[in-house]
Amino acid sequence: MEVLSYLIPISLILGAVGLLAFVYTVRSNQYDDPEGDARRILSNDWDDRPKP
Amino acid sequence: MTAQLRPSLAACPACVAAPVEPAKPVPEDVQIALSLPGIHCSACISTVERALQAHQGVEDARVNLTLKRALIKAAPDVRAADLIPVLERAGYEAHELDAGALSATQTDRAGRDLLMRLAVAGFASMNVMLLSVSVWSGASDATRDMFHWISAAIAMPAIAFSAQPFFISAWSALKVKRLNMDVPIVLAIVLALVTSLWETSLSGEHAYFDAALTLTFFLLAGRYLDYRTRAVARSAAEELAALEVPRAIRLEDGRETEVPVAQLAVGDLILVRPGGRMPVDGEIVEGRSELDRSLLTGETLPVFAEPGLAVSAGEVNLTGPLVIRASAVGQETSLHRMADLVAIAESGRSRYTSLADSAAKLYAPGVHILSALSFLGWLVYSGDVRTALNIAAAVLIITCPCALGLAVPAVTTAASGRLFKKGMLIKHATALERLAEVDTVVFDKTGTLTAGTPELINLDDIAGEDLSIALALAQASSHPLSVSLTRAARAVGAEPAAVEDVSEVPGYGTEGVWQGKRVRLGRAAWVGATHGGQTSAWLAVGDQAPVGFLFTDALRPGAEETVAALKASGKQVMLISGDTTGAVEALANRLGIANWMAEALPQDKVARVQALAGQGKRILMVGDGLNDTAALAAAHVSISPASALDAARVASDIVLLGTDLSPIAGACDTAKKATRRIRENFQIATVYNVIAVPLAVVGLCSPLIAALAMSTSSITVSLNALRLR
Repeated sequence: MEVLSYLIPISLILGAVGLLAFVYTVRSNQYDDPEGDARRILSNDWDDRPKP
Repeated sequence: MTAQLRPSLAACPACVAAPVEPAKPVPEDVQIALSLPGIHCSACISTVERALQAHQGVEDARVNLTLKRALIKAAPDVRAADLIPVLERAGYEAHELDAGALSATQTDRAGRDLLMRLAVAGFASMNVMLLSVSVWSGASDATRDMFHWISAAIAMPAIAFSAQPFFISAWSALKVKRLNMDVPIVLAIVLALVTSLWETSLSGEHAYFDAALTLTFFLLAGRYLDYRTRAVARSAAEELAALEVPRAIRLEDGRETEVPVAQLAVGDLILVRPGGRMPVDGEIVEGRSELDRSLLTGETLPVFAEPGLAVSAGEVNLTGPLVIRASAVGQETSLHRMADLVAIAESGRSRYTSLADSAAKLYAPGVHILSALSFLGWLVYSGDVRTALNIAAAVLIITCPCALGLAVPAVTTAASGRLFKKGMLIKHATALERLAEVDTVVFDKTGTLTAGTPELINLDDIAGEDLSIALALAQASSHPLSVSLTRAARAVGAEPAAVEDVSEVPGYGTEGVWQGKRVRLGRAAWVGATHGGQTSAWLAVGDQAPVGFLFTDALRPGAEETVAALKASGKQVMLISGDTTGAVEALANRLGIANWMAEALPQDKVARVQALAGQGKRILMVGDGLNDTAALAAAHVSISPASALDAARVASDIVLLGTDLSPIAGACDTAKKATRRIRENFQIATVYNVIAVPLAVVGLCSPLIAALAMSTSSITVSLNALRLR
């Protein structure tokens, strides 16, 4: 059962990382235009270099 | 000078902070927001962005497809009015939005807050569920206790943060001694936590930490969807208020200054250019023109305007520039006074109870009674408070309205999303439910079934020579009838005759000289003709008898299909208009509407709508003018086009974003389907309660069964809602 002593912290840390990643995406407005973002990957604009 | 400075600024970023010319404030870049009802694909995004970026002064343009908007950052001298034609040339309809009103909705704090709570509840419940699964699959003794304690350590702070909206809402309901949906929810969450803590401290077998968290998660998901729909509706209302950007030209000592309408005062002199709308009530002091009153009264015939005539806010100036002296501004204008009528009519509608409300009314007391009864029953039967409390908590958790909380918002979100794609904005939360019940549709004529632009109808009766002269004269004017005449004449290949000295006489028409004779195109009285009652322009060549050009209002795209589709689906279609009998009858015959009423005053419209409602009819009113506003508010549910007047859009539940009317028929079907899904969802939630509640009451419900039942019902309900797409 010693395995639990590091498995549980690992699972908690992974959960926290997921939460932080989600918080980051919300804060950086990544859910403002889900529809448009889904379509934008289909356009050929800025394929060779990122938009300045 | 600025051009010279720029490279040096870029080369030295620190210099940017240094003021170059402290005396002169550097004009800031402007934010322009445009509504684009027609965009739908990736090609639209690039076309629009490219077209905007190619325009002089535009620094950045970004399309938001979800909201069907474009946000533009541009140099201070660029105005939305310059960009709209650019997009129209690219093939997209565009309306200006008030960037100021929009920025308030963009930093959507409440929505973000709810999303954060949802995320915390979600991640915490995942972690706790992991521990619970180990307990269910056989962890025992010290291990189980440790898992329970870790679960408690995660669940307590997570719930303290995530469930706050429920705590606040339940508390505010209890403070005024009332029950709402959140009271049983809070009770379930708190009781689950308390009994679980108690059980854990006594090394008990069952703990409901995972249930309390999943409960919070699903309920927050429902709450968030609900919020999103409402937020879209609210921002829609703001956006629509912004559609008509309120600016006016004030004359100050002969100088023209553009000011917001809100800053106008009684007695101000205001210049209204041809094509402009009267910002305030007032009296004409200078200029001659014609006024289009169709938005206010439904009349299509322009009214002659000269100094001394009283004008109302909302009327459109057609030919010559007018200077008016404001007699009533802001809330005092006739436009705003209509709001009182609307308020009276609306009070009737607020009595409508949504499906969710009626479900909650049945639900909340029932749950409390059931759980209290099982607590008492078990207390008497076993004499053990701990067992009785455990069972009461299980009953509350099982009956907790997860599925019920998702039943309505999940469907409304799916349905409004679908309708938004078709170009309809649902402004009111219960609009879909009400739309589903509609059996009678009442249309306004001018601006609703018709586009409000005239169309020449007797082209075939006009001699070629007359047409050429008329074309030459019409070209010189921007009056809607002239523009229409020009278009029609060019379409049949007419060439303008050689008319000299063409000049426009504002308010009357255009005149010139052709082969030594005076020729005039304009109002009947001016050219010496007698007026026939129909919208018309007259051509007089010298002393010959005047020739009449008759016009009718062009149909809005999709009008015929919509009326046909509504009739096919068994609804009664009616036409009520403020226009003349002849014009209304012609349109009714053209569209096959048997039931029509002409020359209706605003009061007549309301009275008619209320009379029909009194007969038990559920009315959908579609209208755009000020004269429709009260009727829109009195109807069971109402739709107005985006081109409608502010007051009409505010009074209606649904707004058509594009010019096409055809989404209306489809919307009725979508609304019907949505209501059916909501009822199905309630049934699913009930069936699940019927199965699970007896188990909980007799004490057979383990945390595992609770978790399974709760998740399956919530997921079934969400999936059922998604079938709507």
